[in-house]
Amino acid sequence: MIAEALSILRIAFRALARNKVRSALTALGVIIGVASVIAMIALGSGARAAIDEQIQSTGTNVVFVSAGSHNRPGAAHGGMGSVQTLTLEDATAIREQVPTVAYLTPVVRGRAQVIAGSQNWNTSIEGADESYLTIRNWPLADGENLSPRDVLLADKVCLLGDTVARTLFPGEDPVGQVLRVKNLPFRVIGVLSPKGQGQWGQDQDDVVVAPYTTIQRKLLGITFIHQIMISATRSDAVERTAVDVTHLLRQRHRTSGPEDDDFSVRTVEEMAETRSQLAQTMSGLLMSVASVSLLVGGIGIMNIMLVSVTERTREIGLRMAVGARTRDILSQFLTEAVSLSVLGGVAGIVLGVAVSAALTRVLGWPTMITAGAILVAFVFAAAVGIFFGYYPARKAADLDPIDALRYE
Amino acid sequence: MAPLIQTVGLRKDYRVGDVIVPALRGVDLEVAGGGFVSVVGASGSGKSTLMNILGLLDQPTGGRYLLSGEDVSALDRDRRATLRNRTIGFVFQSFNLLARTSALENVELPLLYDGTHATAADRHRRARALLEAVGLGSRVDHTPAQLSGGQQQRVAIARALVTGPRLLLADEPTGNLDSRTSIEIMEILQRLNRDDGLTVVLITHEHDIAEYGERNVVFRDGRVVDDQPVSRRRDASAELQALPAPEEAA
Repeated sequence: MIAEALSILRIAFRALARNKVRSALTALGVIIGVASVIAMIALGSGARAAIDEQIQSTGTNVVFVSAGSHNRPGAAHGGMGSVQTLTLEDATAIREQVPTVAYLTPVVRGRAQVIAGSQNWNTSIEGADESYLTIRNWPLADGENLSPRDVLLADKVCLLGDTVARTLFPGEDPVGQVLRVKNLPFRVIGVLSPKGQGQWGQDQDDVVVAPYTTIQRKLLGITFIHQIMISATRSDAVERTAVDVTHLLRQRHRTSGPEDDDFSVRTVEEMAETRSQLAQTMSGLLMSVASVSLLVGGIGIMNIMLVSVTERTREIGLRMAVGARTRDILSQFLTEAVSLSVLGGVAGIVLGVAVSAALTRVLGWPTMITAGAILVAFVFAAAVGIFFGYYPARKAADLDPIDALRYE
Repeated sequence: MAPLIQTVGLRKDYRVGDVIVPALRGVDLEVAGGGFVSVVGASGSGKSTLMNILGLLDQPTGGRYLLSGEDVSALDRDRRATLRNRTIGFVFQSFNLLARTSALENVELPLLYDGTHATAADRHRRARALLEAVGLGSRVDHTPAQLSGGQQQRVAIARALVTGPRLLLADEPTGNLDSRTSIEIMEILQRLNRDDGLTVVLITHEHDIAEYGERNVVFRDGRVVDDQPVSRRRDASAELQALPAPEEAA
């Protein structure tokens, strides 16, 4: 059985080797098709992995409530502090009235020059309470978290992101040291573990976290807050939480709907959506390239196999005369077509991996090559060979031995 | 014992458009195992049609064909293919070797379809032995393009014999060869017939070639018009010895 399969394969490869250029050109359609399939799947899984990671790094089951609205251009993005619609009372009301809220922290933000000894660094300041790290799923590398007491008393203590810690205190233990933010001394009580790049490529570790009370009163001099960060009790309660919060805030702010909301509620999944849509568009484009070229490649294979059957009519007749049965001829030509498409498939996989790597390198799109993708591409290639090779093979197998032997 | 080949009222009609053209109009023929029969006739006499039917490449329209006593007139395609593989060897006028394929692999070809799944080594061994028997032991790796016509036909004979058939059907085997080479080919056929008891049916339109057989069957218009033993049978081996030494370089 195996010996037989091998000899059929050998015959097929030999026939293909006789017309190397023709075989290569014929396989080109399949090569491009399979490469597109690989790139498409790589882009899709890369995007999904990036999104998962982003969701993971933003926090668990997180809902953001921001001041300002999606629907007022400039409002939400118009700069911190320009919109004064969210208050601590809103945060308290949400904490008390939305049952699916597990953790909640008010957030105020600013940028400031931070000085420690001779080191000087411009970084972003996050004012929050002690649940910030829990919500953002962000473990401490060293020291301890803010305490409720720090928040209540507006203590001048802070946690440093990894980048800030390494920049301001190179080779030193930052915990217990003092740094100055706008001339106010802050005691470092903890260092955060590195988190890496955020959604838009920003460095999430370039941050100083301090009690929001301290930042509000002593640094920014404001009474409102910029954001409320919520963690829902369960992942399937995220949507519910977002809806409840929206209703509650509409009541409190006396707004009637999305048109005049002065706040926006978003989940981390929604934020990830933008990015996944980009990947989907690209995937869709590749998908159409893939299907068109697999189709064209398949037709190319069928065409060349038909030519080959005609050219080799006498050979087929002779094989029949010396005892080849219908299925021997059928399997011979089918094997040839499938070998062609599978060889094209293998080349296409190599090309696809290269294209994916190039997409990541040149355009910065995350891609991920999985064994599943390679398997799918391989199966596609083989299927094209079987589907488009069957008709010519059938034609060869159904030749009349006498006519075939006499064919000129 | 039943004759190897027996046809009873064998008929074959071809349809050309609306017209039915009879190619065989009732042929009764017997060939005993071990015989050497020449079928002679002009082109269009029906001898090629007979060869196709005897070779199980075609089916008769009417009558019966018994091969080793078994009625094979109505076997399906694949059964006929299997039977061709095991019991019939073909030698054609145009050799029909696979181009760009070595003599050895050409001879091995029928073994790919004999259902025994012989190992490659076994196939090589059998094919090589046959090539040696037809005097081509030193040319097993040559492709048809590197061989003369006579050598190509000898490869074809080796191929016809590789599955050990009882019947060799030779359709104008010397049609493309010069006279000396023709005699060489006939010498091989006579030797196989005489030494190995191989039954040979030789189809030809040349009467002098037909005289290498022990019996001549003459065809005309789809019928056997004459069937008798050859009175002065030619002996290819003796003729070769009488000829001057071959010019062909070995």
